[in-house]
Amino acid sequence: MTAISETADVTTRPDYPEAGADTASPRLIKQVRERADRTFRLVSSTGGVIVLAIMCLVGIFLTVNAVQAIAAVGPVEFLTTQEWSPETNHFGIAAVLTGTVLIALVALVVALPLSLGTSLFITEVARGGFQRTLVSIVDLMAAVPSVVYGLWGLAFLQNNVIGFAKWLSTWFGWIPIFAVDGADPANPLPNNALYGSSTFIAGLVVALMIVPIMTSMMRESFSRAPIGEREGAYALGATRWGMIRSVVLPFGKGGVIGGTMLGLGRALGETIAIYLIISPIFAINFHILQKGSNSVAALIALRYGESNGFTMSALMAAGLALFILTMIVNFTASTIIGRSRSGAESEA
Amino acid sequence: MKTLFSARTENHDEPDLVEHVQQPGGLVADNISAWFGDHKVLDRVSLSMAAGEVTALIGPSGCGKSTFLRILNRMHEMIPSASLFGEVRLDGDDIYAPSQRITSARRNIGMVFQKANPFPAMSIYDNTISGLKLAGIRATRAEKDLLVEDSLRKASLWDEVKDRLEQPGGGLSGGQQQRLCIARSLAVSPRVLLMDEPCSALDPTSTRRVEETIESLRGQVTVVIVTHNMQQAARVSSQCAFFLAAQNTPGVIVEYGATEAMFAHPQDDRTSDYVNGRFG
Repeated sequence: MTAISETADVTTRPDYPEAGADTASPRLIKQVRERADRTFRLVSSTGGVIVLAIMCLVGIFLTVNAVQAIAAVGPVEFLTTQEWSPETNHFGIAAVLTGTVLIALVALVVALPLSLGTSLFITEVARGGFQRTLVSIVDLMAAVPSVVYGLWGLAFLQNNVIGFAKWLSTWFGWIPIFAVDGADPANPLPNNALYGSSTFIAGLVVALMIVPIMTSMMRESFSRAPIGEREGAYALGATRWGMIRSVVLPFGKGGVIGGTMLGLGRALGETIAIYLIISPIFAINFHILQKGSNSVAALIALRYGESNGFTMSALMAAGLALFILTMIVNFTASTIIGRSRSGAESEA
Repeated sequence: MKTLFSARTENHDEPDLVEHVQQPGGLVADNISAWFGDHKVLDRVSLSMAAGEVTALIGPSGCGKSTFLRILNRMHEMIPSASLFGEVRLDGDDIYAPSQRITSARRNIGMVFQKANPFPAMSIYDNTISGLKLAGIRATRAEKDLLVEDSLRKASLWDEVKDRLEQPGGGLSGGQQQRLCIARSLAVSPRVLLMDEPCSALDPTSTRRVEETIESLRGQVTVVIVTHNMQQAARVSSQCAFFLAAQNTPGVIVEYGATEAMFAHPQDDRTSDYVNGRFG
């Protein structure tokens, strides 16, 4: 017993009078940084600062240039007007911004199951050479330029998908977004042009463009699901799907959300493929199967050539709106990823 | 456990918890050889593990104990290059027979791993009954509550976690995680429980708790435990098998028998050297 209390006296601050006044205060510890560390710090922080600065410069540049146009019509009218004619001082982003979001949503609805399935197939089912081939093919898909996707969508996909669009609108036209104005299912010679150049077809093409990036992110996170937990599930008599549901999907949740948000960000900004496919209209069109759509990026590409001065400022304002929208999406994504308790974090 | 759900045994067509309360099973490994690619790691190993008893597999590293254990519940074939010869019979039925489902073999023959592997994001409660969900067994909330408490008690973890069952399993200490894994395995009422060095990453106190758990399982479930710890083998097991692999040759069982006899009067010199700590 005495031995224990003696030990305790040594390791804690003595409180008996003989110990004298307590003059101890925390000492300063100065750490001399090695040269290699100083260099590393300098290079890495320079990189970080430059990226941040470029981001801010883009934002400032857009804001400065957009002020003239937004001030001319007022921010409320700018957000709510559907037409786009800066020449008559009557313009707004209501139609193009809605179009952008609709196309991105169609793309996500198609791309999410596709990339989830692809990434699970690659990590959980495919083996050996087949697995490696699939990975490179998916990466190759990401390397196809978007203008090629646009051309392919315009020249090939559109003609082949119109039948499906027609079927969808005939049977599900009672759901407002699938309705097509002026379509008559009873007409034996329907007008196919009604179904072309639509939000749906643009969204399909954009979906194919965002599948690779979503797939790689999901594949990466799924493949890191710990072997120990996988075996744990199998040892309890799990089927492969049961193991995936209880181990792989919870572990890869962060990757699924992150990949989806990355895909959404890319879909919102996609320009040339949409520009090629849609027939631009300046009215909000929730009928995704019906001809006529628009997007902010396509608007800028469409009007850039004929713009100067005030009309250019109007385009800058549209660009600023898109910039802010993508920022919101990305910040939301990182917040969601940060909050979701992914298995990846508790492993650390 | 056997009486726990007896009230519900009648008038139930659907598979429920009752049917999964089982007697300990006798496990026989017959003439097992195993390979990884071209490399043979086990050579014609036969071992009989008596129902309800604790059998310890001892031997130096790399002698094929863990491989042998993983063969007993078909975890071996998860490794792409792995192959084997021979039969593993649970109460007479070869678990590798074409008619046998791999999922039911693994449910009947549970496994606890060297590194505790609870599902980290799942709550302690859900971790304990995760086997039910994975096997598609439905249960009412009351049944689940009973099963969770019973399984956690068996794994001597209940008193430590009963007030925080909804917290994630990943937040427990290493020893608690390992006992949670034992509870999780017991919740599906296996007939055999395989343990692959369950205490090698645990502190002495946790090790003692796990050993007490193994002790309390005697008679309820057949236990096969791989251990590097001679004292542990002596403490928990009634039967013991000594594995050995000479340089570049596959592993074999050098000696097998009652633990007490094997530690007191080993028949083979190599066994004697090993159990007395002269090598390995």
